[in-house]
Amino acid sequence: MISIKNLHKRFDKLEVLKGINLEVEKGKVVVVIGPSGSGKTTMLRCLNVLETPSEGNISIEGQSLDFSHTVPKKSIAAFRRLTGMVFQGYNLFPHKTALENVMEGPIIVKKEDKRLAEEKARALLNKVGLSDKVDTYPAHLSGGQQQRVGIARALAMEPEVMLFDEPTSALDPELVGEVLKVMKDLANEGMTMIVVTHEMRFAKEAADEVIFMDQGVIVERGKPDSIFTNPKEERTKRFLNMLQ
Amino acid sequence: MFLNSIFPDPEHAARLMDIAKTSLMPLLKGAIFYSIPLTIITFICGLFLAILTALARISHVKALQVIARIYISAVRGTPLLVQLFIIFYGLPNIGVTIDPYTSAIIGFSLNVGAYASEIIRAAILSIPKGQWEAGYSVGMSYSQVMRRIILPQAAKVSIPPLSNTFISLVKDTSLASLVLVTEMFRRAQEIASTNYEFLLVYSEAALLYWVICFFLSIIQQALEKRLDRYAS
Ligand SMILES: Nc1ncnc2c1ncn2[C@@H]1O[C@H](COP(=O)(O)OP(=O)(O)OP(=O)(O)O)[C@@H](O)[C@H]1O
Ligand SMILES: [Mg+2]
Repeated sequence: MISIKNLHKRFDKLEVLKGINLEVEKGKVVVVIGPSGSGKTTMLRCLNVLETPSEGNISIEGQSLDFSHTVPKKSIAAFRRLTGMVFQGYNLFPHKTALENVMEGPIIVKKEDKRLAEEKARALLNKVGLSDKVDTYPAHLSGGQQQRVGIARALAMEPEVMLFDEPTSALDPELVGEVLKVMKDLANEGMTMIVVTHEMRFAKEAADEVIFMDQGVIVERGKPDSIFTNPKEERTKRFLNMLQ
Repeated sequence: MFLNSIFPDPEHAARLMDIAKTSLMPLLKGAIFYSIPLTIITFICGLFLAILTALARISHVKALQVIARIYISAVRGTPLLVQLFIIFYGLPNIGVTIDPYTSAIIGFSLNVGAYASEIIRAAILSIPKGQWEAGYSVGMSYSQVMRRIILPQAAKVSIPPLSNTFISLVKDTSLASLVLVTEMFRRAQEIASTNYEFLLVYSEAALLYWVICFFLSIIQQALEKRLDRYAS
C-alpha cells in the first residue's frame, strides 16, 4: 500500500505540486493523465526521491519518509529500493549489455551473488520477450526493446511498486504494443503500478483507477470507464476532448 | 646542385654522415630509456591526479572544489619550465633535494594532472543526467553511479583529447633536459657541444620526436576507430 500525504514540490518560487494526496492499494494499477506541465513526472520522481519533495509524507509498505525535515541519504537510498522507475527515454546504460543492465542493481546494490543475479536477469529478460538479446548493447536495440530492458532492470530490484513515466511516448507507433503488453502482463501478475500515460487503451484495459492531474493537484479520480465516458470536472472534460 | 652549395666539401659531407650515424644510438637510448618511460610514467601518475582533481572539482564539498580550482589555476598560470626549475633548483634551498628524473616526473605529472582534469571533468559533465537518475533509481549511491556508470562512459569520451595530451607530453619531456635529465634532447645537446654540428644533431633529434609522435597518432586513430565501432 502506498500513501502520499500533502505532497508539495517547489522549484524556487514555482510550485509544481500543490498538495497531492493519494492512496494506492497493493496490486492496483493507477494511470495518471493530465496536460503537459501539470506535474505528473514530478510526482513520480518524488516517489522515487529523484526529486526531494518540499513538504509532505510518502509511505510505501509501512516504510515512510517525512519531508517536513531533512531526510538522511541512507534512508533515501533504502526507500528508493521500494520503487522501480521506468523512464520515458529508457536511460539504459549504453556501455553494458542488456543482461548487464539488468544485473547491475542486484550485484552492486543488493550485493547479490553474480551467478544468481545472472540467472534472475535472464529470467526477467525472457519474461519481457528478449531472451535472444541478452548480450546486445542498447545501441543495437530498437526503442521498444530498450524500454523492455528498462522494465526488466527495474523489476530486478524486486520493487514494491513500479513507476512508469510515459514509457511509450518516445516510441514509434508500431513498437508501442510490445511494451504495453509487457506492462499488462505485469499488472495481471498483481504488480502495483503507477503509470503516467496517454495510451487510453492501456488505461481502459489495465487500470483500476485513472487520475487526472492539472496544475499540481489531483482534479478528479475514478474508474477508467467513469472518467473517460462521464467525467465530472470541467477541466477533465476539456482535456479528454483535446485528446480525441 | 643544392646539396653542393650546402656541402661544397665532400669530406665535410662524409663527416656529417658519420656524426649522424654515431649520434643515432645515444639519441635512441635517450628516447628509449628516458623520454619514453618519462612520458608513460608521468602520464599514468598525471591521469590518476587528473581523475582525483576532476572528482574534487565536481564534488559538493566546497573545500575540495576550492583546492582543485587553485591547483588547476596555479599550474595553468605558470610556465612548465618555471615549475620544473622550482622543483629541481628551488626546493634544495629549503632542504628538499630531488634527483633530476624524479623532479621531472613530479613536474610533468602535476601538469598533466591539471590539464587532463579539465578534459575529464568536461567528459563527466557530458554524460546525460538520465544516466545518474537511472543509477540512483536502482538504488546506487553517488560513488557507485560515478564508478560504475559515469566514469566508464566519460573515459570513452575523453580518449581522443587525452591522446592529444599524451602526444604533447612526448614533446614536452624535452624540457627535462634543462633539469639535467639525460633524455633524448639532453643527449643531443651533449653531442652537439662536442662537434658543433648543432643543425644536424638537433634536426636528428627533431626527426626522432616526429617519428615517435607519428606512430602515436596512428595508434590514436586506430583506438578512436575502435571506440566508434562500439558507439554505433
Ligand atoms: N528541475 C526543475 N527545475 C525547475 N522547474 C522544473 C523542474 N522540473 C520540472 N519543472 C517544472 O515543473 C512543471 C511540471 O513539470 P512535469 O515534468 O512534472 O510535468 P508533466 O506533467 O510531467 O508534463 P509532461 O506531460 O510535459 O511530461 C513544469 O512547469 C516544469 O517546467
Ligand atoms: Mg512528464
